[in-house]
Amino acid sequence: MLNQFLLLGAVLFCIGVYGVIARKNTVLVLMSIELILNAVNINLIAFGAMNGDIAGAVFALFVIAVAAAEVGVGLAMVLIIYRNRSSVDLDDVDSMRG
Amino acid sequence: MSVLATVAGLGHAAQAARDAFERPAVDWHALAPDLVVVGVLCLVLVADLFLPEDRKGVLPSLAGLGLLAAMVPVLTLAADGTDRVLFGGAYAVDNFALVLKALFLVSGYVVVLLSTNYIAEGDYAEGEYYFLLLASILGMTVMASARDLVTIFVALEMLSIPAYLLAGWRKRDPKGNEAGVKYYLMGVFATGILLYGMSLVYGLAGTTQLAGIGEALATGESVPVISLAVVLVVAGFAFKVSAVPFHTWAPDTYEGAPTPITAFLSVSSKAAGFVALVQLVVIGFAGQTEVVRPLLWLLAVLSMTVGNVVALRQTNLVRMLAYSGISQAGFILAPLAVVGQIGESTLTSVVTYLLIYAAMNLGAFTVVMAVARKTGSAEIPSFGGLITYAPSLAVLMSIFLFALAGIPPLAGWLAKFVAFRAVVDADTGWAYALAVIMAINSVISLGYYANVAREMWMNPVPDGDTSRVRVPVSLTAALAITGLLTIAFGVTQWATDLGDVATFVASVSP
Repeated sequence: MLNQFLLLGAVLFCIGVYGVIARKNTVLVLMSIELILNAVNINLIAFGAMNGDIAGAVFALFVIAVAAAEVGVGLAMVLIIYRNRSSVDLDDVDSMRG
Repeated sequence: MSVLATVAGLGHAAQAARDAFERPAVDWHALAPDLVVVGVLCLVLVADLFLPEDRKGVLPSLAGLGLLAAMVPVLTLAADGTDRVLFGGAYAVDNFALVLKALFLVSGYVVVLLSTNYIAEGDYAEGEYYFLLLASILGMTVMASARDLVTIFVALEMLSIPAYLLAGWRKRDPKGNEAGVKYYLMGVFATGILLYGMSLVYGLAGTTQLAGIGEALATGESVPVISLAVVLVVAGFAFKVSAVPFHTWAPDTYEGAPTPITAFLSVSSKAAGFVALVQLVVIGFAGQTEVVRPLLWLLAVLSMTVGNVVALRQTNLVRMLAYSGISQAGFILAPLAVVGQIGESTLTSVVTYLLIYAAMNLGAFTVVMAVARKTGSAEIPSFGGLITYAPSLAVLMSIFLFALAGIPPLAGWLAKFVAFRAVVDADTGWAYALAVIMAINSVISLGYYANVAREMWMNPVPDGDTSRVRVPVSLTAALAITGLLTIAFGVTQWATDLGDVATFVASVSP
C-alpha cells in the first residue's frame, strides 16, 4: 500500500518539476510548485502512517501552512509585475544579464 | 438524559485529558534571544501604525536597539556556559548556536545601520521594511538552534519569505521586480526540492531529529534512495548559499535589490543556509560520507572557479561582489567536502569563515553605499581617484578588499588558512586536489579585488568632481564595527598564536 502512495508522490513531484522548468507563465509555475509541495505532503503522511508516528502528519501541517504564506507572497509579486508590464510571462522578466 | 450523559462524559474526558497533559517545562532563559527579537518586531509594527509620518525616523533606532538588546541574553547564556536542549531535542542552545546567534544579531544590526538613510531617503515604506528585516533575522536566530527537520524548515521559511519581499522592495522599478521574482521562484523551487528530500529522509530514518537521523542512516545499508534524499537536500541548500550551479538568481537579485538588502542576503542569509547545511552534513548524514563528499567537492570546486572567472569581467561593483560571494561560498564548502567521522575541524573552519566573511563583506558593501551616495553609481570606474577626495573610505575599502582576497595580516587570511588546514588535514588525494584548486582560486580572486584598489588609488577621478563624500553617522558606525572586526580578527591572530579564534570555535560542537 505504501508503494502506491510513494509512487503518486513521485509522479506529482516530477510533474511539478517539469512544470517549473518548462512553463513560462508565472501563475502556472506557482501551480507547479504547489504540486511539488503536495507530493511532499503525500510522502510525509504515508511515511508517518507506515512508521505509526505522528511527526509526519505534523510536518505536513507545517508544510501546508508555510505553502499558503509562500503563495500569498508569490501572487503579490505576480500582481505587481502585471501592473508594471501588463504581462506575467517569465521571458519578459529577464533584463539583467552577465 | 442521554445528551446530559454524553456531556458529562465529555467533561470527564476533558478533565482526564487535563490531568494527563503536563505542561512541558520551558527554559525561558534559553529562548530569551529569540523572544526579545519577537517583542521588538511586534513593537516596530505597532509603532509604525501610530507614529506620524515625520516621526518614522525612530523606527530604525528602535530596530537596532532591539537587536542589541537581544545580544544581552546571548551573552548571559554564553557566560552561563551550560548546553540547553529544549522541546524534546528539536531546539538546542549550545556554544555553536550562541556564536551564530551573535553573528546574525550583529550583522543584522549593521544592516539596520546601512538601511537607515537609504530607506528614509528613498520612497519606501519604513515600518514594514524593518518589521520584515527583523522577522528574517528571527528566522536566522532560530535556525542557529534548530536540530530537527521541522524546525529547520520553519526557520528557513521564516528567514526566506520576508527576504523575498525585501529583495523586491523597489516595487515601481522593473529591476526591483525582477530581483524579487527571480529570488522568489528559485527559492520556492529549492524549498520544494529540499522538502521532497526531507520527506524521504524522514521515511528512511523514521524520525525528524538530526541526531536520530544520523544514527538511523549510519547503521542501515546504503540503498539508492538514501543517496537520492541526500542529493535533494544538499541541492536545496545549495540554492540558499548560492553555490554553482544553483547560483543563477544571485547576481540579478543582488543588483536589483536595495543595496542594504543585497548586503543582508549575501552575508546573513547565506550564513543561515550554511548553518543548516553544516548541521545536516555533520550530524544527520555523518554515515553517508561516500555520497556527501563527492557532491560537495563538485559544488565547492565549481563555485570557487565559476564565481571567480565571472567576477573577473564584471564592471559593476555590486555584481562583482555577488560573484565574489559565490566564490567565497566555494571556500566555505571546501571543508565540508572532506568531512570525516569527526566533524569538528569542519565545523570550526565553517564557523570561523562565516564570522570573518560577514565582517569584511558587510564592510565592503558599506563603502560602496557611502560612495554611491555621492556618485550615484556602483560601476567600478566611478570609484576612480577615490583616494584623492575620500582617503579614509579608500583605505577602508582597500582593507576590506584585501581581506576578502586573503592577504595577511587581515582577517580573510585567517579564514582561508583555517579552511586550508581543514582540507589538508583530511590527507586524501581528493583533499590535496581541492587544496590546489583553492590556492589557484585565491590567486585569481586577487586579480579582481586588486583591480578595484588600483582604480581607487591610481586612476583619475572620472568626472573631476572632488567634493568630499558626506558619510552619515549610521554608515560611519557600520564602517567602524566592520573595520574593527576585520582588522581585529586578523591582527590578533597574526600577533599572538595562530589558533586562538580557532580553538575558541573548536570548543563549539552541536
